[in-house]
Amino acid sequence: MEVPYIVKEREDTGLINSKLGIWIFLASEVMLFGGLFSAYIFLRLAAPPGDFAYWASNLSVPLATVNTLVLISSSVSMVMAWASLKLNDFSKYKMYMGITLLCSLIFLVIKYFEYTSKFHHGIYPSSSTFMAIYFTLTGLHGLHIIGGMIVMVYFWLPVGSKLWDSQPEHFANRVEALGLYWHFVDLVWIFLFPVLYLL
Amino acid sequence: MSTSSHNHDHHDEGFIRKYIFSVDHKIIGLQYGISALVFLLFGFSLMAIMRWQLAYPGTAVPIVGFLFGESGTLAPEQYNSLGAMHGTIMIFLGVVPLSVGALGNYIIPLQIGTVDMAFPKLNAASFWSFFVGGVIMVSSFFMPEGAARSGWTSYPPLSIFENGQTIWLLSMVFLITSSLLGSINFIVTIVQLRAPGLTWMRLPLFVWSQFVTSFLLVLAFPPLEAAAVLQLMDRVAGTSFFLPSGLVVSGEIVDVAGSGSPLLWQHLFWFLAHPEVYVLILPAMGIVAEILTNNTRKPIWGFKSIVYSMIFLGFVSFIVWAHHMFLTGMGQAMSAFFQTTTMIISIPSVVILTSFFLSLWGGSIRFNTPMLFALSFLPMFGIGGLTGLPLGLAATDIYLHDTYYVIGHFHYVVAPGTIFALFAGIYYWFPKITGKKMNEILGKLHFWPSLIFMNGIFMPMFIQGLAGVSRRLSDGGEAYAHASGVLHWNEFMTVSAFLLGIAQIPFIINIIMSLYSGEKAGRNPWDSTTLEWAAPSPPLAHVNFDSEITVHQSAYEYSVPDSKKDFIPQTEK
Repeated sequence: MEVPYIVKEREDTGLINSKLGIWIFLASEVMLFGGLFSAYIFLRLAAPPGDFAYWASNLSVPLATVNTLVLISSSVSMVMAWASLKLNDFSKYKMYMGITLLCSLIFLVIKYFEYTSKFHHGIYPSSSTFMAIYFTLTGLHGLHIIGGMIVMVYFWLPVGSKLWDSQPEHFANRVEALGLYWHFVDLVWIFLFPVLYLL
Repeated sequence: MSTSSHNHDHHDEGFIRKYIFSVDHKIIGLQYGISALVFLLFGFSLMAIMRWQLAYPGTAVPIVGFLFGESGTLAPEQYNSLGAMHGTIMIFLGVVPLSVGALGNYIIPLQIGTVDMAFPKLNAASFWSFFVGGVIMVSSFFMPEGAARSGWTSYPPLSIFENGQTIWLLSMVFLITSSLLGSINFIVTIVQLRAPGLTWMRLPLFVWSQFVTSFLLVLAFPPLEAAAVLQLMDRVAGTSFFLPSGLVVSGEIVDVAGSGSPLLWQHLFWFLAHPEVYVLILPAMGIVAEILTNNTRKPIWGFKSIVYSMIFLGFVSFIVWAHHMFLTGMGQAMSAFFQTTTMIISIPSVVILTSFFLSLWGGSIRFNTPMLFALSFLPMFGIGGLTGLPLGLAATDIYLHDTYYVIGHFHYVVAPGTIFALFAGIYYWFPKITGKKMNEILGKLHFWPSLIFMNGIFMPMFIQGLAGVSRRLSDGGEAYAHASGVLHWNEFMTVSAFLLGIAQIPFIINIIMSLYSGEKAGRNPWDSTTLEWAAPSPPLAHVNFDSEITVHQSAYEYSVPDSKKDFIPQTEK
C-alpha cells in the first residue's frame, strides 16, 4: 500500500505531505539563519562604534545590487516554470527552469569575483569580526544556492522530469516545493543585502 | 496472473534491501534501536572508567588500562575526553535516538493506524546520517588528535584550542541533519496520516509527546548548527566569533583576531540544549502515560491537561535557556526574567506528574515489568525535577552550579527518569515488535537492582554537591580540603556503577532468550486500547495492518461501565 496524500490533498488539513514537509523545513531554516543573524546583532552591539561600517565599506554595493536583481529574477522565472507546468506547457517549463538555473549561475559567478577581489586585497574571514560574519553568512547562503541548483538540474534533465510523463501533477508538486525553497533562499539574500552591504 | 506479477508483495527483496537499506519504518526503528543501545552501553563504559578514576585516583584502570598508556592510569586530558564523549554519546547517540528514532519511528505509524512514515526514503536518510555521525564520533578516539575534550557543552575559548573538537563538530553536523530529517517526517506523518476518525484529542499521549518533541528538534537544533558553523570557522578559518581580544592562555597573550564573545556560544548552545532537555523527557512521559493507563485499567487522569501541558512545555522551553548561565554574571533584569520563566516551566511538568499520580488512585494495578519501570519513573523524575528548582534561582545556582549537585540533578531526570521509561517502553512494545513476550522473572531481576544502584550512584552526588565538591575534576576533588569529608562516597558510587552495569545482564539475556523461546504474544497481550495492538505481532512488512483501520473511540477507554470487557479498543464501535 502506498503512502496517501502524495498527490491528492487530505480533506481536513487541505495539504499534501510534501508541502507541509517543505514548510517545516523552511521553519528550521529560519531558525538557522535566525541564529546567525542574532550572532550578527550580538557581535555588532559589542563591536567598537563604526567598526562594522568601516569594514562594510570594502564591499561592492553595485555588484551586490546586480546580484539582488539576478536573484529576484530567478525567483520570478521559478514561479513561471511552475505555472507553465500547471498550464500543461512542458517546453515553457524547460525554458523557465533553464533561466532560473542561468540566473543562479550568474549569482555565483558574481559572488566568486567578490570573494576573490577581497582575497587579492588581503582581506580574509580572520581580518575582522565583520568580515568573519560576512564570509560565514554569504558562504552558507551560497551553499544553499548550490543545493537548490543541484535539485534544479535534476528536475531539468530527463532523469528527474520524466515523472511528468507518468504523473504530471506529482511532478508539478515537486517543482512547487523546490520553488518554495528557492523563494526562501532569495528572501535570505533580501535580508543579507541591506544588513551586510548597506548598514 | 497479470495482477499477481504486478503485485509482487515485496517478497523478492534481498537481505540487504530488506534489512540494511530498508525504507520500512519498522526496520529503520529497529536499526535506530540496536545502534542506540550499543551506543548507550559504550557511553556507560566510558563513565565506568571515569568512575574508577574518581574512586581510586592514580591507580591503574583494570582490564582496559592498557588503552591509556603504559602506566594504565588515566591522564587528566584523557579523563576530559571521556567526560565530553560520555555526555555527547549518551544524549545525541543513545537516549534521543532510542526514544525518538527507535520507539517513535516504530510506534507512531502504528499508533495512528497508517502504513509508514510520510517520507520513507527521508526516514532511511535520517538513520544513515545518524549512523555516519555516530561512527565519526566514536572513531575520533582513534584520530591523531584524540576525541574532543571540551565537555559536551564545548564552551570556548577552551574548545577552540583543544584537540579533537573539529571531528566533534563534523559529527554533530551529521547528527543534527539526521534529527532534522527525522522530525520533519514525524510532524508530517502525525498531521497527515492519521487513520479516519483519529481526531487530535483521540491521539495517544505517546504520539502527542513525539509531536511536541519534533517541533522542539526542528526549531532548536538549527541555532546549534549555526553555532557549530561559527565554531568551525574559529578553528579552521582563524576567525574570532567566540574569542575576545587580549585573550591570555597559559600566561601568554594568544595571537587571534579577537573582539568576539565566548558568551555568544553559550547563548546559542543553550538555546538548543534547554529544549533538548524536553526532547529527552517528553517521549519518556508519553511512554509512561501509555503504560500507566494500561496497567491501572483506567483512563488516564486529565488527558487534556496533559496534552496542553506538553504543548505549553514546548513553547516555554524556548525562553528559559539562560538559567544555565547565571554564573556568567548577567544583569539583574536578565536573571529575573529567566528565573521567572524557569519557575513557570515547572508548573506544566508538575501538572503532568500529578495527573500520573492521580491516575493510580483506585486502579487495580498490574505490577508487570513495564509497569514497575513506569512507576519508578514517577519518584525518580520527581527527585530530578524538584532538585532542579534551586538551580533555577540565581542565588542558589551560583553556589551549586559547578558542583556535583548539578550532575545528580540532571542524571536523576535522564538516567532513572528517561532511561527507565525507555526500558518500560522496550518491555511494553517488545511483544508487538517481535511477537514474543519478555520473561517477567528476568525483567524483575533487571528492575530491582537497577533501581537500587541508580540511586546508589546519583543520591550521594547531592551530598557531595551541597558540600561544594566541584564537577569535572579528574581526581574527584582530592586536592580540595573542603571536599575531604564527603569524598568517601566516591567509592560507594563507583561500586554502585559497576553493579548497575552487571544488573543490565539479565536485560540482555532476556532480549536474546525471549526472541528465540519467548511465549507467543498474540496481537494484544496487554489488553490495550491503542491502534498498534490491532496490527499482527510483528506488524506486516510495509503495510502494518491486515484490516482497514477506522477509529471510533478516544485513546484510553478502560473499565467503561456496562461494557463486557474492561477495555474498548479504539477500532471498536
